[in-house]
Amino acid sequence: MSAQQSIASDQVSSKRSGIYRPLRVLPLIELAVLAIMLVAPLALNGRPELITLITNIVILSLLAISFDLCWGFSGIMTFGQALFFGVPGYVTALVGRDLGVSQIWLTLPLAMIVGLLFAFIVALFLLLGRRPTPIFIALGTLTGSYAAERLVSGWQYVGAGNGLSAIKLLQIGSYEFVEGTEFYSLACIALLVVYLGARALVRSQLGLVLAGMRQNEERLDFFGYRIQVFKVLVFSLGGMISGLAGALYSYHQGFIGPGNMGPGLSTEAVIYCLLGGAGTLIGPVIGTAVIEVLTYVLADIASIRQFWPVFLGLLLLGTILFQPSGILGMAVSTRERIGSYGLRRKGVRQQD
Amino acid sequence: MALLEVTSLTKIFGQLRALDGIDFAVHAGTFHGLIGPNGSGKSTLLKTIAGAHAPTSGTIRFDGTDITAALPFERARAGLSLKFQITSVFPELSAYDNVLLALQSREVLPSLLGSWTRRFLDGEVMAALDRFRLADRADDLAGELSHGQQQWLEISLALTSRPKLLLLDEPTAGMSPEERRVTGELLRPIRSNCALVIVEHDIDFIKNLCDHLTVLDQGRVLDEGSVEQIERSIKVREVYTSRV
Repeated sequence: MSAQQSIASDQVSSKRSGIYRPLRVLPLIELAVLAIMLVAPLALNGRPELITLITNIVILSLLAISFDLCWGFSGIMTFGQALFFGVPGYVTALVGRDLGVSQIWLTLPLAMIVGLLFAFIVALFLLLGRRPTPIFIALGTLTGSYAAERLVSGWQYVGAGNGLSAIKLLQIGSYEFVEGTEFYSLACIALLVVYLGARALVRSQLGLVLAGMRQNEERLDFFGYRIQVFKVLVFSLGGMISGLAGALYSYHQGFIGPGNMGPGLSTEAVIYCLLGGAGTLIGPVIGTAVIEVLTYVLADIASIRQFWPVFLGLLLLGTILFQPSGILGMAVSTRERIGSYGLRRKGVRQQD
Repeated sequence: MALLEVTSLTKIFGQLRALDGIDFAVHAGTFHGLIGPNGSGKSTLLKTIAGAHAPTSGTIRFDGTDITAALPFERARAGLSLKFQITSVFPELSAYDNVLLALQSREVLPSLLGSWTRRFLDGEVMAALDRFRLADRADDLAGELSHGQQQWLEISLALTSRPKLLLLDEPTAGMSPEERRVTGELLRPIRSNCALVIVEHDIDFIKNLCDHLTVLDQGRVLDEGSVEQIERSIKVREVYTSRV
């Protein structure tokens, strides 16, 4: 940039002195959730069933975040996210059963690669057309998820309808991760790494492209962006995160079944995300926690348990109709949720 | 050689022949106005040139290359830029981020992921906003800008990629007379490095801005020539002018 341009730019920038920085709520919520995650195992010490519950929440949060990256940040409606959760989960279980391998440095990356590649292949079919409609993508992913569930249900090699159980424990060297605080810590580390990575992505210049894609895909085409590349990239990354979640889930539960890749879990991922607040990474974590805690609390009440899926469906419908920005939308402004991407654009102008 | 050469371009929607064998050429450095009554095919022609519609038949050559089958992003990269008739900014992004999004469109994936050019592009973003009198609104959401400002923002977005040819579809629609005058002022300086094809209903605006006009009627070219030639055209006067 020439000196003249630099001066002109400075003069232009100086016009923007009316910037103020409003209180940002999202970082506070993120810190609060992190604090709860750190304190929870101490508070729940002596209640192993609750440690199991919070570990599940952490693992399923990964699945919800993977859906959020696709839908909340990029506008890709996938109703089959469990497909990329279940398949790597099965692969992890089979590697343990048939090859006797469950080393963390091998199996978790393997599950992530399987999730990534599988999502990449599905994306090539569904997203590479000139302009596939959201309905086409939603139905395509839903069909894939359903077909995979049916296929696995009748395939004896993978345990058919019974799934695979007694999965070999996850190991580092000779140390085995058993269910409990250790596994919870591992899941938290995985969530933290994924969360920070996803946060960096959605706040980068690439994140700006995703935000543009969500709002006005056609316009981006006319800027010269090859939109399909970005869609395939995000969808594949979502698959990779789901793959990690699927592997952790199968190790934690010691079981993986057809239902873990079907439309049921796929829909739950949608509900976790929409209830918590799509387009905010912390929203899906909160949504997952709310649903899973409610499920746990109400599980003992037979009359409610019977109608729980109906309640979840109504909850999804109600969220879409009355609170589309989810729980977080009640505390976080749209402006903060969407954020800003440029240099020094952290605040907004003071209103007259 | 013409910068843009459209030959026998036809576009049929179902039973409607929106474009019927259009021949049309634009030379570098010229401002070319497209006029005609509603439904004459002006917007369809622009969209077909930009790649939003695939032509039923005919060819489009741009800068010496046949782009008839090229996708919109390929045309944009070749130097074609379109401003839509209906304002098409990103309403939930700030004006600043709208321009940044347009400016960074040629960046490679690792650069976008690493935000390598965010700092470098800051000056360019603010200069682009300043050129269209939007620097003071940089941090406001595009959806909160006035209609006229949204139109300016969109023209600014279309120009950020430094196109060789800018296609503007009714850039002054819904603007006040003062905003129209300013829009003309803002567009004039781009002539040195960008040709312009503009669709407008405001004949005075187009007469003041353009040096060549093409008149469309029912998907066909009714007449073309300089502004003076079109003003003198009996064909246009009889068949078209009274209907504008």
